[in-house]
Amino acid sequence: MTDVMSDLMRERGGYVPLSYDRFPYLMGLMTGDEKHDPAATSTLDALWVLYDRVLRVSPETTDAPDRDRFLLSKGHGPMAYYAVLAAKGFFPVEWLPGFGGYDSPLGHHPDRRLVPGVEIGSGSLGHGLPLAVGTTLGLRAQGLTGAAVWVLIGDAELDEGSNHEAIAYAGPAGLDRLHTVVLDNGSASYPRDGGIAARFEAAGWSTRTVDGRDHDALYAAYTAPHPGRPHAVVARVEPKEA
Amino acid sequence: MDTMRERFATVASRLLDDDPRLAVVLAEIGVDGFRAAMDRHPDRVLNVGIREQLLVGVGGGLALTGMRPILHTFASFLVERPFEQVKLDFGHQGVGGVLVSAGGSYDWPAGGFTHMAPGDVALMDTLDGWTVHVPGHPDEAEALLRHAAAAGDDKVYVRLSLQTNEAARAVDGRRFLTVREGRAGTVVAVGPMLDGVLAATEGLDVTVLYATTVRPFDGAALRAAAGAADAADVVLVEPYLTGTSAAAAGEALQDTPHRVLGLGVRREELRRYGDMAAHLAAQGLDAASLRGRIAGFFGG
Repeated sequence: MTDVMSDLMRERGGYVPLSYDRFPYLMGLMTGDEKHDPAATSTLDALWVLYDRVLRVSPETTDAPDRDRFLLSKGHGPMAYYAVLAAKGFFPVEWLPGFGGYDSPLGHHPDRRLVPGVEIGSGSLGHGLPLAVGTTLGLRAQGLTGAAVWVLIGDAELDEGSNHEAIAYAGPAGLDRLHTVVLDNGSASYPRDGGIAARFEAAGWSTRTVDGRDHDALYAAYTAPHPGRPHAVVARVEPKEA
Repeated sequence: MDTMRERFATVASRLLDDDPRLAVVLAEIGVDGFRAAMDRHPDRVLNVGIREQLLVGVGGGLALTGMRPILHTFASFLVERPFEQVKLDFGHQGVGGVLVSAGGSYDWPAGGFTHMAPGDVALMDTLDGWTVHVPGHPDEAEALLRHAAAAGDDKVYVRLSLQTNEAARAVDGRRFLTVREGRAGTVVAVGPMLDGVLAATEGLDVTVLYATTVRPFDGAALRAAAGAADAADVVLVEPYLTGTSAAAAGEALQDTPHRVLGLGVRREELRRYGDMAAHLAAQGLDAASLRGRIAGFFGG
């Protein structure tokens, strides 16, 4: 174990959350999936603001029926996700260097059965949003309407038709506890300017498009009221190829 | 007598009244049978439109919140079209649910191949931990549906069909039943194939086992029947893809020299319309064809 990690563990005292400025170090602990580096860092700020300021879930409430749910649908490049969960104390920071190893719970795609705080196993694109719709419906059927459901998808992931089944249903069904973050790092091969938000709007969703690196703008977009409608936040970051 | 599918709507509607954990999810197909239940339980009878990937994904999401989803549509659109959702949104997520299909392999021959799913059970067989029920009568469908709904967080596939036997048997959701005993060999009749098998084996000295729960496969019953006969010769008669259960039968008999003949729906597309009787005959699954194939295999 490195001295820095020992310091971090002492500093945390087991449960003291880490701050945003620790992320370069946390991300650096994970190696072996450099192909997905751009995907990993693109989500960092969107995830941090969600976990730091919006989601009502903590390491102590990972099984609470009325917790907020965050479903990472875009499972590629989960380093930022793991770093945020570790920073918030869902699992120990010392798990991070094992990333992708045979004995590590941290795969190149996350698995809910292996990682505390992970709500779905993802990797195959286009599963998170339909699962989030079902989760929203399940919470509503049990009267747990205080819980919010969030799902993060990528702009290229939106190519998968299963997302469009979910978007087209959730709007008219008025699932206002459902929230989608579309992380737009210009990955899609056939983009159309404004096309992402337009698809959600056509299905009756509330939408906001913001700078995906601006924490206050993300927070404002995440918390914008959207009575009677599901809410989509398009978080734009620097293009993957830049 | 109502159809298995009508019975499903009746029974599932009643179960919804009794068990707040249950939810029914539909993709337009079958909605009419659930109108009254939808009025009583608008949050637990859900129609997602003609969207089968969403149908299965919603089922997985409901299960993630602790509910027990019951999903229903034609087998082609429940198992084949959204197969990866079945694999991941239930299996990989580690949650359970009940998939109830209609249409089977040849329920609507005039509808053509797009509405036939002879490969559904073979596909489910590639996945771990699914119970598969194939009732042969509406009363059996009711018993197996109740069993499936009450099966904790198990993953269960229930295959309903318009093909039925005259009489219901006392199925228990686990075991094969011994319907007839003989010495020359063993015939396993799956669900709605039983009446045809009984007619085909009339006067033959064979044991007939009746299987309505095919996964897990009741290997112990097959071993016992094969062990009591003069030879471990087994014919499987299944209302879906030929040989679907041949591997399971072979595994059950691996310590005994044995022969297994699988009879079922052929891989080749028939590309004919018409009615079920014509399709059973064309597949060699009517009583007369079965008799020739079974007797030939046993050397009678």
